[in-house]
Amino acid sequence: MSDVIKVDNVTMRFNMSKDKVDSIKEFIIKKIKRQLKFEEFFALKNVSLTVEKGDVFGIVGLNGSGKSTLLKVISGILKPTTGSVQTIGSISPLIELGAGFDMDLTAGENIFLNGSVLGYSKQEMIEKYDSILDFSELRDFENVAVKNFSSGMVARLGFSIATITKPDILIVDEILAVGDFLFQQKCENRIRELMAGGTTVLMVSHSIEQIERLCKHVLWLDHGNMRMIGNMRDVCDAYKSL
Amino acid sequence: MKAYFDVFKRYKYLLGNLISRDLKVKYRRSALGFLWSILNPLLMMLVVSTVFQHVMKVVSPDITDFAIFYLTGSLIFNFVSESTNLALPSIIMGAPLIKKVYIPKYIFPLEKILFSFVNMLFSLIALVIMLIVRQTPITWTVILFPIPLIYTLIFCIGLGLILATLNVFFRDVAHLYGVFITAWMYLSPVIYSESLLPEQIRPIMHFNPLYHFMTYFRNVVMNGVVPDLKANLICISISVIFFVLGLVVFKKNQDKFILYI
Repeated sequence: MSDVIKVDNVTMRFNMSKDKVDSIKEFIIKKIKRQLKFEEFFALKNVSLTVEKGDVFGIVGLNGSGKSTLLKVISGILKPTTGSVQTIGSISPLIELGAGFDMDLTAGENIFLNGSVLGYSKQEMIEKYDSILDFSELRDFENVAVKNFSSGMVARLGFSIATITKPDILIVDEILAVGDFLFQQKCENRIRELMAGGTTVLMVSHSIEQIERLCKHVLWLDHGNMRMIGNMRDVCDAYKSL
Repeated sequence: MKAYFDVFKRYKYLLGNLISRDLKVKYRRSALGFLWSILNPLLMMLVVSTVFQHVMKVVSPDITDFAIFYLTGSLIFNFVSESTNLALPSIIMGAPLIKKVYIPKYIFPLEKILFSFVNMLFSLIALVIMLIVRQTPITWTVILFPIPLIYTLIFCIGLGLILATLNVFFRDVAHLYGVFITAWMYLSPVIYSESLLPEQIRPIMHFNPLYHFMTYFRNVVMNGVVPDLKANLICISISVIFFVLGLVVFKKNQDKFILYI
């Protein structure tokens, strides 16, 4: 088994300025008066982990423990302050469903737009167009502008587009809590299918039951520090006894 | 270097999709649709020519046909103005995407500039119509018209990248640029020709990149003159300098964008 995700000693530091300076005048005045003070905030501290191909890796932790930041660092959205991240293969980030939808365009147009945002080719999108509509159960709304959709419909469309091709790495951030329970089941089944096909899944969830159902390994983050990493059973038991 | 081209090839389809999205959204629900891209410059030309020829009566003596003179100048100027104005806030507008998916960030300003370029190509039809209506004598040099437009495009990409970067860190740029672009219009030979300026300040105009692009464009379209090597070298240098500067500024700062949007 080879490692497809390798996070090596990653630290993510944000400068939290007390008052946000975004005009030149303010910047110069504060610079002269030496008032440009930043409060350093570490979202992640020395996090290292490796994920093997085909693994389902869960991340748990309380609010503000750095789970989403870690996912963003791994998917390349954020660049870590120190440390390095290596990934092999295509990544499908489901950080937020429907990111990149243009509300004025129809569902059909958004499928092509969003597909290209995720880096799919035109050929792939033409082939998969029908199965996306079928999976999202939005066939009747193909030519309706997305601004008229309910949030559940937007989420369904977003999930369908992101998982229609088999990515090497699927990154899931707390998104399976959307939609009715039938669609949630459908999403879980889809993730299981992808897992069976060799996709590596990295997921964040507040639903500990969901983590227990799907994951093999779990990382527990606490205020940006690694509290515990290892088998699902051990970490989940420790986390639940918190 | 090769890696950069591979990434660009992968996102070429996204670029095309974003441009067609902008076109669709721009003309959605307007009865005349893309015809507005042709009508708008024609109507603007009517207004400006009426004001300058009949109301204010200040037209440079060497301009034989003011309508064509204005149309050729404003075609280039409007492209520069529209593309840079759209590129300026493009990173901030793209924030919802930048925060959630990995996309090469230059896609956003580049897309806005190419979108404006497509708009300008539509407006070119207005110029063709006017050339026919005014029976302007046309020579073979007219086929050289894409050259100055490409120079201008490369220049705009560079300038757009710089403006988009600056605007992420200092939102003032957006306000300042509105004033700047108006001043720039009056400093460019759009509604008057160089000869209207006093002899002493004429060389100042040569520092304006748009002066060179417009002169080149008018020479091949209206005057039947093939621009010499010097004119070409000046235009190429301006475009390449801005393009490289834009790339460097953008690349150096792009990793910090996400912390400011």
